[in-house]
Amino acid sequence: MTDLTIEFAGLRWKNPVAVASGTFGFGREYGEFYDLSELGAICVKGLTLHPREGNAPPRIAETPAGILNAVGLQNPGVEGFIRQELPELRRHDVPVIANLSGNSPEEYGEMAAMLSDAGVDMLEVNISCPNVKAGGMAFGTCPAAAAEVTRAVKDRSKVPVMVKLSPNVTDIAEMARAVEDAGADALSLINTLLGMRIDIETRRPVLRNNTGGLSGPAVFPVAVRMVWQVRQAVKLPILGMGGIRSGDDAVEMLLAGADAVAVGTASFVDPFAPIRVRDGIAAYLDSHGLTSPRELSGGVRAW
Amino acid sequence: MPVSEMAVIRESRAMEPYGFSLILDAPGIAAAAVPGQFVHVDCGGDTLLRRPFGVCGVDGMQVRLCYELKGRGTELLTRVRAGDLLPVMGPLGRGFDLSGERILLVGGGMGTAPLLFAAGRSKYADAILGYRSADQELLSEDYKKVCGTVELCTDDGTLGEHAFPDALVRRRLEREAYDRVLICGPNAMMKAVAKVCKEAGAPYQVSLDVRMGCGVGACLVCACRDSAGHYRRVCRDGPVFDGEEMDWDD
Repeated sequence: MTDLTIEFAGLRWKNPVAVASGTFGFGREYGEFYDLSELGAICVKGLTLHPREGNAPPRIAETPAGILNAVGLQNPGVEGFIRQELPELRRHDVPVIANLSGNSPEEYGEMAAMLSDAGVDMLEVNISCPNVKAGGMAFGTCPAAAAEVTRAVKDRSKVPVMVKLSPNVTDIAEMARAVEDAGADALSLINTLLGMRIDIETRRPVLRNNTGGLSGPAVFPVAVRMVWQVRQAVKLPILGMGGIRSGDDAVEMLLAGADAVAVGTASFVDPFAPIRVRDGIAAYLDSHGLTSPRELSGGVRAW
Repeated sequence: MPVSEMAVIRESRAMEPYGFSLILDAPGIAAAAVPGQFVHVDCGGDTLLRRPFGVCGVDGMQVRLCYELKGRGTELLTRVRAGDLLPVMGPLGRGFDLSGERILLVGGGMGTAPLLFAAGRSKYADAILGYRSADQELLSEDYKKVCGTVELCTDDGTLGEHAFPDALVRRRLEREAYDRVLICGPNAMMKAVAKVCKEAGAPYQVSLDVRMGCGVGACLVCACRDSAGHYRRVCRDGPVFDGEEMDWDD
């Protein structure tokens, strides 16, 4: 009998399928299509200490098998989230993971204290947003800075701390080790890959921000490779994401070394994508005589 | 509540010279759609994101969409044939306010498509339709069946009056009163008509057309500034906005 339940960084998830930060808002919109309690976990839209309006449009460009976005962390701020969004999310039986971005290690710490006091289940530390000037990716491309932010959040958090890694680095395993040594409880990867498109008639970048983050099926092989490399470098649980749109994709990510997966861009195409991915994992387990997704994690037989 | 359904294509045809008309069996969407709302269509092929289309009309369980060739998504859509299945999600967004006794519809080019649905659902509506040229005319015969009066104008004078729609709207509002003016068309045209409505003190709504991502309000890419300077989601908070609500003309 297949049992999709997993334990992830000390939390119990009904299944190994979360939804990725920035692709799911705070759940209200997709909650009109299905019961959010069906999900393994929800990583909410990236939060900053104060509300942010985000970048000027255009914020999106379609690319071959992908999208390039530069939303720029538009969000209601930590207090707005705690007041308006968290009570709504709490009406569902699903772990809520708050994604946070700060301008300094101290600000990350302050946000971590506020969010964990407010009762979120886990924190996801964003040190990898490519679309904001301050903070974001600046902390995610230097091992010492990533470790400092991780320690600042761990010091103030009462809940498990997951750190979201940027793929825009030379050696992602080195980043993972730095964050593990600093006390992180889990890792999520990958965030978007920095990209750019140019309109050849106007000679203007398609995005008003000039550059943006690439996501969708185009980045899937990069994500699988990075999860595989990080799996060999650290012992922490890994939430693998980047271009997953089917149960088979999720199985591949689990085999590479992920303990759970997150669905992102695929929700834009099909609101039910996370549910299909969950059911696809169950079908694979069934047809292969397996009983738990744990049996897949890291199971790749590398040459 | 929006639904995601596999619609069956009933008819797909070119409307000479540049538009296309699609009629689909989409019972869930047909039952719930109100004028001004849109559907999000998976055009298949090598496109990843869905494409938004304003609902042009509803008849029983059938939904009509009209569109022009704009890029890869619409190019793929022209290839569908009767009997094909098309993944469609909707109805989405906020529609027009049709309350009141008399509505004036002002459409430009392909912007005439979503307003045709509003014409059919209004108590009484007059229409002013503008096109670049006579060979760009579309849907005006459909309007004549559901509107009190239909006035046409073209930028080059080859059909109807040689004028932009805002001139006809100005003249109309001097003579007659409407509960609301509903505007849909190219941004420059909407901006000019909005200015006339504002000067005449007539309440008006505009329907914005921007590039979208998820179409349901989750991804925040279809941002447009409101008059208070905050970004709003065209797909969720719109696509129809009250005239003074948005700073959409920049």
